[in-house]
Amino acid sequence: MKWVAQFGKFWYDFLIGDDWRLAVGVVITISGVFFVAHHGVNAWWLLPFAVALILVISVTHEMRRQSR
Amino acid sequence: MHSVLLVAAAFLASAVEMVEALTIVLAVGVTRGWRSAGWGVAAAVVGLVVIVAGLGPALANLPIDSLRLVVGTVLLVFGLQWLRKAVLRAGGLKALHDEEAIYEAEVALLRADGERRGHDWYAFTVAFKGVFLEGLEVAFIVVTFGGTQGNVGLAAVGALAALVVVLVAGVIVHAPLTRVPENTLKFGVGVMLTAFGIFWSAEGAGITWPGADLSLLGLIGFVVVLSFSLVALVRRSAAVPEMTAS
Repeated sequence: MKWVAQFGKFWYDFLIGDDWRLAVGVVITISGVFFVAHHGVNAWWLLPFAVALILVISVTHEMRRQSR
Repeated sequence: MHSVLLVAAAFLASAVEMVEALTIVLAVGVTRGWRSAGWGVAAAVVGLVVIVAGLGPALANLPIDSLRLVVGTVLLVFGLQWLRKAVLRAGGLKALHDEEAIYEAEVALLRADGERRGHDWYAFTVAFKGVFLEGLEVAFIVVTFGGTQGNVGLAAVGALAALVVVLVAGVIVHAPLTRVPENTLKFGVGVMLTAFGIFWSAEGAGITWPGADLSLLGLIGFVVVLSFSLVALVRRSAAVPEMTAS
């Protein structure tokens, strides 16, 4: 049981880490990229653009949190 | 295709994949430790040998796009976490040397709990994923290039030659890398994991990159510019003295 808890904690730290927004944003965006790609649109720019947006949101959220 | 051309094509295509795997292993090994990264590489090699020996030519039927999607997504999420921390450190919002406190805590745990905590699962997992995915791609190259020309053995010779060249390059590059400041390295690792993660997950989702593997260089440049812009933004808002990313 302890091993299962450690295994779960490892994957939580690995994927969620300090800010859950990163993982959630990436999964939503990649699902969107998958959808448009399978409808004939080669939107190669979409993921880099979304990654930039996700990182900006996460960093500015931390800046606001620390300025409080 | 002439035999020499077959070897050359397999060599070049395999070398590209191996350099990608080497980049990830070097990044993880230098920043998180070689032992666990080495175990990750060894486990990936064993897994690859089992799969290649078990499937042989049937390898061409493996769902490589699904693998790219899963591995790329996990690398992207992990890489973004590193990059976020690196940006906050370089911007002055997070202590540059909090690794020292973490290291002290780790050493205290080791002393209290014997050597069992010495294994770093992060380093193991990232190295394993990188080598396993790239190794599978090399196996595909050998099976498809060699299969279409009716000479898998010659294609394998090209891939083996690439492995030797890339390993030698890794040994040469490894020493200078260890002299780079830790926080700068971590910044670099965050950039590389994020760029590779974007590249693989988008490919796995069905996107075709303009310029194929060359677009990775563009992605790395894009992530570097993004990161340094964010560092500048954080520094300005925090009004901290000018610092380097190291």
